[in-house]
Amino acid sequence: MRPISARIVEIVQETPTVRSLRFDRSLGPVPGQYLMVWVRGIDEVPMSFSYRDGITVQLVGEATRAIFDLEVGGSLGLRGPLGNGFTLSGERILLVGGGVGAAPLALLGEAAAEAGIEVTTLLASRCCDDLLFLKRFERIGEVVITTDDGSLGICGRASAGLSALQLQEFDQIYLCGPEPMMADVIGRCAGMETKIQASIDRYFKCGMGICGSCSLDPSGIRVCVEGPVFRADRLAGTEFGRYRRGASGIKLLRDG
Amino acid sequence: MASLSGEVGGIRMESPVMLAAGILGTTGASLRRAALAGAGAVVTKSVGVAPREGHRGPTVVQVEGGLLNAMGLPNPSYRNFQEEIDIGRGGGAPVVASIFGAGAEEFVEVATGLDADGFELNLSCPHAERLGAEIGCEACNVEAITRAVKEEVNVPVWVKLTPNVADVVGLGLAAERGGADGVVAINTLRAMAIDVESGMPILGNRFGGLSGPAIKPVAVRCVYDLASALEIPVIGVGGIASWEDAAEMMMAGARGVQVGTALGMVEGYGVFRSIAAGLSAYLDRKGIGMEELVGLARRAR
Ligand SMILES: Cc1cc2nc3c(=O)[nH]c(=O)nc-3n(C[C@H](O)[C@H](O)[C@H](O)COP(=O)(O)OP(=O)(O)OC[C@H]3O[C@@H](n4cnc5c(N)ncnc54)[C@H](O)[C@@H]3O)c2cc1C
Ligand SMILES: Cc1cc2nc3c(=O)[nH]c(=O)nc-3n(C[C@H](O)[C@H](O)[C@H](O)COP(=O)(O)O)c2cc1C
Repeated sequence: MRPISARIVEIVQETPTVRSLRFDRSLGPVPGQYLMVWVRGIDEVPMSFSYRDGITVQLVGEATRAIFDLEVGGSLGLRGPLGNGFTLSGERILLVGGGVGAAPLALLGEAAAEAGIEVTTLLASRCCDDLLFLKRFERIGEVVITTDDGSLGICGRASAGLSALQLQEFDQIYLCGPEPMMADVIGRCAGMETKIQASIDRYFKCGMGICGSCSLDPSGIRVCVEGPVFRADRLAGTEFGRYRRGASGIKLLRDG
Repeated sequence: MASLSGEVGGIRMESPVMLAAGILGTTGASLRRAALAGAGAVVTKSVGVAPREGHRGPTVVQVEGGLLNAMGLPNPSYRNFQEEIDIGRGGGAPVVASIFGAGAEEFVEVATGLDADGFELNLSCPHAERLGAEIGCEACNVEAITRAVKEEVNVPVWVKLTPNVADVVGLGLAAERGGADGVVAINTLRAMAIDVESGMPILGNRFGGLSGPAIKPVAVRCVYDLASALEIPVIGVGGIASWEDAAEMMMAGARGVQVGTALGMVEGYGVFRSIAAGLSAYLDRKGIGMEELVGLARRAR
């Protein structure tokens, strides 16, 4: 598939460093699927769908800076939907979102609520200004908040919010956020690995399972086509939570 | 079932169907996975003297009949690569290290810095400045680099040729003079795709290399010409996705084949076993062996 050109029809500043862009077309994704976003002349980077017709971008480097410089009426090249998204199952589910990781979970939660599933969200961020999509999550169910600085909700990391919840009540738990957060939550839900689905982040170049830059050790799982969503038991024993690789393939130790 | 095992370019393998360079070959885990999936040998991503992040995206775009890529030789450098080769060997198939450099000295530095079952000299990448095809277009460079590496290593050395020249046979003969144990043909064809909405070239590097079904007829012709002129074995690569494609390439004279783009298509890693099973069944049906298949088109009248 060549990138298709999508026009930006709306831009919303969600937090000081996060913006949502809505396009003039929906690509009909399953929640958890992603697209490769071509910022013409700059780079092509992976982004999850946060709306059927939109993405939510955190400002981190050159490509995301260029996305932030775009205005309504501007356009991007899109390739997608790609990869395997979340599978909805059960009657009561828990969403655990950290930082911009809340983006695909908001779309998932809305689809779940529409299907009559009871949704609870654990939303984590550094401080209250950084909480993403709080209103969207409140609209579909109960929300537990944690902030690192204690400015709202429970003071601490996402895992600090787990004790406020009866984990056994949930049929399925969905994670997206920084890798240490996801690894920590999975570690605290011992025995529940087959009920946890996590969307994970690796360096994507091709998005079609051919270049190998996102392959997980030791089995060589290709995150871009076999993921980005995995059941937690498939991540056990892999590099997940320990290290990742950069653009050249050099191993980088676990970050932030 | 007809046996497919034998020697290809100095390396013994259970099946002549190999993983092509640069496809899922960045990590030991994916090399090992290809070997466990039935590849007779696996060729690594091309590695050089220094780490490279590669070109800006898009690095790959799907086009009519295949893919265009300009990865830009991302690699962690040979200094960070031995571990990946060793893990790759855990799959039970020989690991051939694909290497590149800006000249004979760099090729030798990388080759002597790695322990592999063979080396494939990438003298053919069409989209990296001063590397790959830009030096591999000249027969004298091909010969000198091949000779320099051959003098320093004691495992088979293959030379991967570019089709982006008027005379691929001249390059093959140069590799042979340099002492190569085999040639690999072909690398990708220089090509380009443009976004009609913006008028921008799609690839971050503007142009790149075409692979997949669209280039198979070019590859078959190159292999045919090379096999007619060279004493050393030819390994065919370009657009192979089925046993019929592999059989055609072998009839043109290829002793072994490599598969790249097809791994990103429907079958994924299953492609190695399905090609091998199809080839074996074909040989049974025809009542012939591999040695009769190889070069059949040059003998048939
Ligand atoms: C499946 C998936 C879904 C994602 N969804 C979102 C999302 O919804 N919203 C969001 O803000 N971010 C998302 N990301 C992360 C996003 O792709 C990177 O933050 C972005 O590419 C940064 O580009 P940059 O040029 O601005 O940063 P750079 O300055 O190039 O790099 C900063 C950091 O971003 C990461 N990064 C850069 N390029 C890539 C790449 N091609 N693939 C993966 N990581 C990269 C690296 O960790 C790097 O250290 C997602 C990543 C993946 C793999
Ligand atoms: C994404 C991609 C990366 C590649 N990287 C390399 C490489 O690093 N070194 C190399 O010699 N060839 C590289 N190639 C070329 C392939 O090995 C092969 O020669 C070419 O793709 C034709 O075969 P195919 O049609 O089966 O893919 C690459 C091809 C693709 C599509």
